[in-house]
Amino acid sequence: MKYSYYPGCSLERNAQSYHESIMAIAPQLGLSLAEIDDWNCCGATEVITVDKMAAFALAGRNLALAAKQFANGRVELVAPCSACYLNLRKTDKVLMETSDLSEKINTALAEGNLSYTPGSVRARHLLQVISDDLGLEQVAEIVTQPLAGLRIAPYYGCMVVRPEFSDSEDNPEYPVALDNLLAVVGAEVVDFPVKAHCCGGHMTQISEPTALEMIRRLLKNASDYQSDAIVTLCPMCQLNLDAFQQSVNRHFGTEYNIPVLYFTQVMGLAFGISPEELGFGSEFVSAKPLLKKIGKKPPKKPKAKKRKKEALPMPGTLERR
Amino acid sequence: MIAPEVQEKTAPPEWDIKTHTFLNEVEEATVGETNLRNCIQCGTCGGSCPSASDMEFTPRQLFRLIASGDKATVLSANTFWYCVSCYFCTVRCPQEIHITDIMYTLKRMAIREGFFEESSASEAPDFSETFLDFVENYGRSFELGLATRYHLRHHPLGAMKLAPMGLGLLRRGRIDLTPHRIDGIKGFKSILRKARELGGTV
Repeated sequence: MKYSYYPGCSLERNAQSYHESIMAIAPQLGLSLAEIDDWNCCGATEVITVDKMAAFALAGRNLALAAKQFANGRVELVAPCSACYLNLRKTDKVLMETSDLSEKINTALAEGNLSYTPGSVRARHLLQVISDDLGLEQVAEIVTQPLAGLRIAPYYGCMVVRPEFSDSEDNPEYPVALDNLLAVVGAEVVDFPVKAHCCGGHMTQISEPTALEMIRRLLKNASDYQSDAIVTLCPMCQLNLDAFQQSVNRHFGTEYNIPVLYFTQVMGLAFGISPEELGFGSEFVSAKPLLKKIGKKPPKKPKAKKRKKEALPMPGTLERR
Repeated sequence: MIAPEVQEKTAPPEWDIKTHTFLNEVEEATVGETNLRNCIQCGTCGGSCPSASDMEFTPRQLFRLIASGDKATVLSANTFWYCVSCYFCTVRCPQEIHITDIMYTLKRMAIREGFFEESSASEAPDFSETFLDFVENYGRSFELGLATRYHLRHHPLGAMKLAPMGLGLLRRGRIDLTPHRIDGIKGFKSILRKARELGGTV
C-alpha cells in the first residue's frame, strides 16, 4: 500500500530511532512510504498559541504539497508523530467546515504558488494505518520471533486517540489498537489504566514540577504492573518519559528504570530485525536488559552523531559574519 | 410603559448584549462552533484535567468568569498556560464545548493584550513565540535553539541545570547543533506573512 509520508521535525533527529524502525519494518509490512518534498514544521502546540492563521497555513502548506506530489485521487498521508497527525487532520477538518478560512488560507498559499482543496488529503497516524489498513492478521504472518515473556505497557498519550479529529473507532479514553498489535507480536500486554493520559507535553520547559508529576503517574502505573517497557507512538511522550525519568527519580526519590520504546522498534524485534537497525541504543534508560531477556544482542555503542552536510551555522554566528 | 430614557438606563440595546460581550469575543476568535455559551457548570473539565491542581481557576470557573465579562481576571489567569492540550476535557464535555481550542484563543488574547505579564506563567508565551520564530526562519523547528534562547532569557542560572540534559541528548545523537532550513523558504515565508496579515488580531 502506498502512502505519502510526513516524518515531522522530531523524527529527523530526536526521534531518529522511530524513523529508523519505521523504515526497517515498512518493507516487511508492504508499506510504501514516499516522503513529502520539502515539508515544513506542523506547528506543534506552539504556533496556534501565537497566531492561529500561521498555524493553519503551516499545516495547509504540507497538505498542499502532499496533494500536489501525489495527485491521483485522494491522498493517504501517514504521520508517525501524534502532534503532526493532529495538526494536519485538524486543519483539514476546519478548512472543510469553514469556507472563508479555507479561502484565506488559499490566498496565503498562492503566495508560494500552492493551493489546497480541503478534504483531498486524509491524514492518518501510523498506528491507524498498521492496525486498520493492514490488519492484525497480516502483521501476525510476518512475526518470526514472538516477544514471549516481555511485559509491555501500551502507551497512547493524548492526541492520536481523542476522537474529534479522528475517524478511528477506538475508544478515546481506553483505546485498544496498540494493545492488540503488541499481543499479535507475542508480547504480554499489561493492563495500563493511564494509557491515554498526558505525558506533560511542553510543560517540562514551562513548569517542570507540573510535568514531572504527570510523568511520575505514568511511570508508577507501568511499574505497578511490572512492565519491562513502556511502548509509545509519539516522540514527545518518548522524550518526556525517557529523558526525564531520572529527573522524576530525583524529584520524588523514586527508582524507576523503565525503558521507553517506539512500537515500531518492538514490532521490528518480532520480525527478526536487529536492534541496531531499529535504532536501539539512543534511549536514556537502557533497553539492554530487555533485549537480553528476549535473547537479542544489544548494539555495541550508541551511534556517533553524523553531521548533516546541508546543516546551517547557528543563527547567532550567521548574523555576526 | 417605561419611558425611553429609563429603558435606556436599565437595559442596554439588544446589539450590545449579543455582540459586544467578552464571551462573544472569545467565540469569534475561535475557529468553528465553540458551544461555550452552553456550559452547564458541571465541572467535568476540571475533574478530567491532568494539570488542574496547578491552575488558579479550573476551566469551569474560567467559563463562568468569561460569561460574566471579567476580561482582566480571565486573561491574567494562569489556567490556559497550564493547559497541556491533551483534549481530555474536550472529549468528556457533555455540552461538546471545544475547550482546548478556547484555551488557545485565551492564550492569544492574553498575549495581544499584554495580560500574561500579570500571570504566574508569564514566561510561557515567550516559549511559543520563540518556537514560531525559529519555524518562520527555517521552516522547521530547532530544539537546541529554542531551549537555549528561552532558558537563557528567563532563567540564566537555571539554564545551567539543563546542560546535562542537552549533553545527554547530544551524546545519543538526539539533538542537532544547527538548524535545518527548507529549500522553499522564500515561498514559505511569503505564505506565513500573508496568512498572518489576513488573520486579523486574534
